[in-house]
Amino acid sequence: MRRAVLIAIPYVWLLALFLVPFLIVLKISLSDTALAIPPYTPTLDLSAGWAGIREFFGQLDLENFVWLTEDDLYWKAYLSSVKIALISTLLTLLVGYPIAYAMARAPEEWRPTLMMLVILPFWTSFLIRVYAWMGILSNEGYLNQLLLWTGIISTPLTILNTNTAVYIGIVYTYLPFMILPIYSALERMDGSLIEAAEDLGCSRLQAFWLITIPLSRPGIIAGCFLVMIPVIGEFVIPSLLGGSGTLMIGKVLWEEFFSNRDWPVASAVAVILLLILVIPIVLFQRNQQKQAEADQ
Amino acid sequence: MNSTVFAPWDDPQAKPLIQFRNVSKRFGAFTAIDNLSLDIYEREFFALLGPSGCGKTTMMRMLAGFETPTEGHILLSGQDIDPIPPNKRAVNMMFQSYALFPHLSIWENIAFGLRRDRMPKAELEARVEEMLRLTRLEQFARRKPHQISGGQRQRVALARSLAKAPKLLLLDEPLGALDKKLRQDTQFELMDIQEKTGTTFVIVTHDQEEAMTVASRVAVMDQGKLMQVATPDRIYETPNSVYVADFIGDVNIIEGRATAQGDESYRIDWAEGQPPLTASSPTSLSNGQGCHLAIRPEKVTISAERPAEAINAIQGKVHDIAYLGNLSTYHVELANGTIIKAQTANTRRISRRSFTWEDPVWLSWTATAAVLLEN
Amino acid sequence: MNRLSWFNAVSLTLGFAFLYIPMVILIIFSFNESKLVTVWAGFSTKWYGELVQNEAFLDAAWVTLRVAVFSSTLATILGTAAAYVLVRGGRFFGRTLFSGMIYAPLVMPEVITGLSLLLLFIGIGLDRGILTIVLAHTTFSMCFVSVVVSSRLVTFDQSLEEAALDLGCSPAQAFRLVTLPIIAPAVISGWLLAFTLSLDDLVIASFTSGPSATTLPIKIFSAVRLGVSPEINALSTLMIAVVTVGVITASLVTKRAMMRQRQEEMAAARTE
Repeated sequence: MRRAVLIAIPYVWLLALFLVPFLIVLKISLSDTALAIPPYTPTLDLSAGWAGIREFFGQLDLENFVWLTEDDLYWKAYLSSVKIALISTLLTLLVGYPIAYAMARAPEEWRPTLMMLVILPFWTSFLIRVYAWMGILSNEGYLNQLLLWTGIISTPLTILNTNTAVYIGIVYTYLPFMILPIYSALERMDGSLIEAAEDLGCSRLQAFWLITIPLSRPGIIAGCFLVMIPVIGEFVIPSLLGGSGTLMIGKVLWEEFFSNRDWPVASAVAVILLLILVIPIVLFQRNQQKQAEADQ
Repeated sequence: MNSTVFAPWDDPQAKPLIQFRNVSKRFGAFTAIDNLSLDIYEREFFALLGPSGCGKTTMMRMLAGFETPTEGHILLSGQDIDPIPPNKRAVNMMFQSYALFPHLSIWENIAFGLRRDRMPKAELEARVEEMLRLTRLEQFARRKPHQISGGQRQRVALARSLAKAPKLLLLDEPLGALDKKLRQDTQFELMDIQEKTGTTFVIVTHDQEEAMTVASRVAVMDQGKLMQVATPDRIYETPNSVYVADFIGDVNIIEGRATAQGDESYRIDWAEGQPPLTASSPTSLSNGQGCHLAIRPEKVTISAERPAEAINAIQGKVHDIAYLGNLSTYHVELANGTIIKAQTANTRRISRRSFTWEDPVWLSWTATAAVLLEN
Repeated sequence: MNRLSWFNAVSLTLGFAFLYIPMVILIIFSFNESKLVTVWAGFSTKWYGELVQNEAFLDAAWVTLRVAVFSSTLATILGTAAAYVLVRGGRFFGRTLFSGMIYAPLVMPEVITGLSLLLLFIGIGLDRGILTIVLAHTTFSMCFVSVVVSSRLVTFDQSLEEAALDLGCSPAQAFRLVTLPIIAPAVISGWLLAFTLSLDDLVIASFTSGPSATTLPIKIFSAVRLGVSPEINALSTLMIAVVTVGVITASLVTKRAMMRQRQEEMAAARTE
């Protein structure tokens, strides 16, 4: 009996506040926009009985999804979100791997401190970390001041409100998610494997390529998914650092909802976004499962 | 000496494969290897034996190239190998953890070193197959390291390090991870493989039985120094120090003072109220010099009556009996409280054992049974 | 391998410089006299003075704090229960759906979570305010708590609980007297995680808050959209300071506890 209650409380909570809302999104994505409160039709009229229900389902259609394919804004935004996510994941990997590698090779008594230094930014506000770059990257910003002062450039570079700024922001804020899984894979690695490889005739570089990289692959994959999945739906970074040319679906959804007040289209955008995310999420889940099995 | 006996260390003409020349290795303030010189010959199965921290692993890592001597030189076939990195040395190592690459199959693990040498494909395949046959791993070639047993992993590690046909194979506690029964079988297998391939083996171990079983010569180490380097029988029968006598096997140590009584024969006074003991020794001791007598328990005879012709005989009573099946060890307490161990083979059924707890007994041994060691 | 090679030393230096220089710049320029944040005009703490007089920010901070305390506490209770059910609950109807609902919010884009909750609140006619934000934050942060706690529960030695039952505890007593004290560090870090997530959240709060309740991130976001301002720098500095002090204290406390345990174990070993 107690067990049933214990199971029921979190279960019902998640049903009510996670699953039901999602079904509502699905339903509204099939509805039509209306100048009303709420601003969509049909609404379910249970007092009309079966007839009401039948009428309700009869009015649902895929019109919004058709609209998404017709207006090239949407599919361009999806495509560009995925592109930005892929490129920035790769950049984060290139920046993060050497850091994770150096941490795993650092003296053992340093490692807890280094770990804390990587995690610390994660606890500080995401918004503030993105904001910090606005002052650095603007036309009169610190980076341009430095470059002008050293004489590397003669006219300020426009970085803020471009995709470059978005990439910098993503790499900066998501770096810990890349470093930590790679670090933990590298740290677990038996150091004698590298010695064995060298003993069998590998140079340092060969040993790195043939042993270290393959053995840290689960960490690399986990890190890449941890960065890529949330970046696809990212809103704050493109809206603060990106410009009018930066198309990301999270931002489109936000504007569709808040500016255009088109709830059905916003819902349809959300449904498609989720369908896109299912692929990497399933792949990620499989990687984690394989990893867990290998650990046993 | 018979000419068929393998003993290059007794042959002044033989050229050693490995020479340590006054090698020291320090890590900060800690001296791991202290001014050590040693020759190891081709085709030898050489054991470095000692407790953990004695420097044996450092010796091995210097041979493999993972450490360089702070002072002195190491020569391989007369050539100074200190500047040669590990991947360019004709020396291979079998790691204590085996260090099998978990992402590669058994076959690929064995082929790993050969690929680094860019060995032609046909030759490489033949060599890997040969190694698999040698270590009886043919049916496991496609498996990954985590899909085979500990004993099989040990053989993969051996095959991998032998594949490149090194001049010298280093084995770091190769059997440490195996259970006792498997370890004994594997010891003979190792000796077999060593003989077949004719490779020089240097093994590091803390297990004296293992060292005695497999090695042609054993070096007993302590605190970065070599205590004794000799064949297993000589280490056991004629240890040169109390440390070596105590480290190898079971031993009774009696402390006393020596007085010469004729040619290579000494009288040892060792405890008040106890008769003096007689021991012969080729080393000459001055009169009254402090010394130790080391007597192996199996060389002590236990009897109810004092044996008439015994040179050394002392009386005591049985304090404890350790029954080991094939052997029994009697702990005999003397009047002054000293415990002497005596071992007898149980050739008769246990119910007909001659002695039991608290029985008065005599212990006796010959003049040559004990080893006389200077302080 | 005890010393860093030059390559590793360079990557660590550059890496941590990249992670920390933006925040250091932010902090330095919060003490800038000038209104122009990019030009240094001398040291001043005047922006902190203006900040504490800014009613709107103070109100938002107060709302944020209350939301964070309520939602993280609720999330910790629900998340711990969920973790216990997942690890120890055995089989029950809809277990796969349940674990799916625990893990899905972790990877769900915030815009979708926010949108779906908003549509629910409108659908059931719930006025948007502190309550709706608390409900929203609790829902997504309970999943994080449950992941943290269940990873600890998995390694928990079940024979301890069995011993408690054997000695006469009821299951509830066994949980309260044995399991909970042992998994407490994970529960506490779960709470801290939930608290920070709530403090930090902009997107979900934007969807679920009403005009009556604005959180600090929403306030900051609408301010920084217009550009960099020294007041926001001062506010950021304060927030960074609080987090830094908190994280460093927490790590020192755990480190000391670990060192004390090790010392006690060594002392105990000597008495043998």
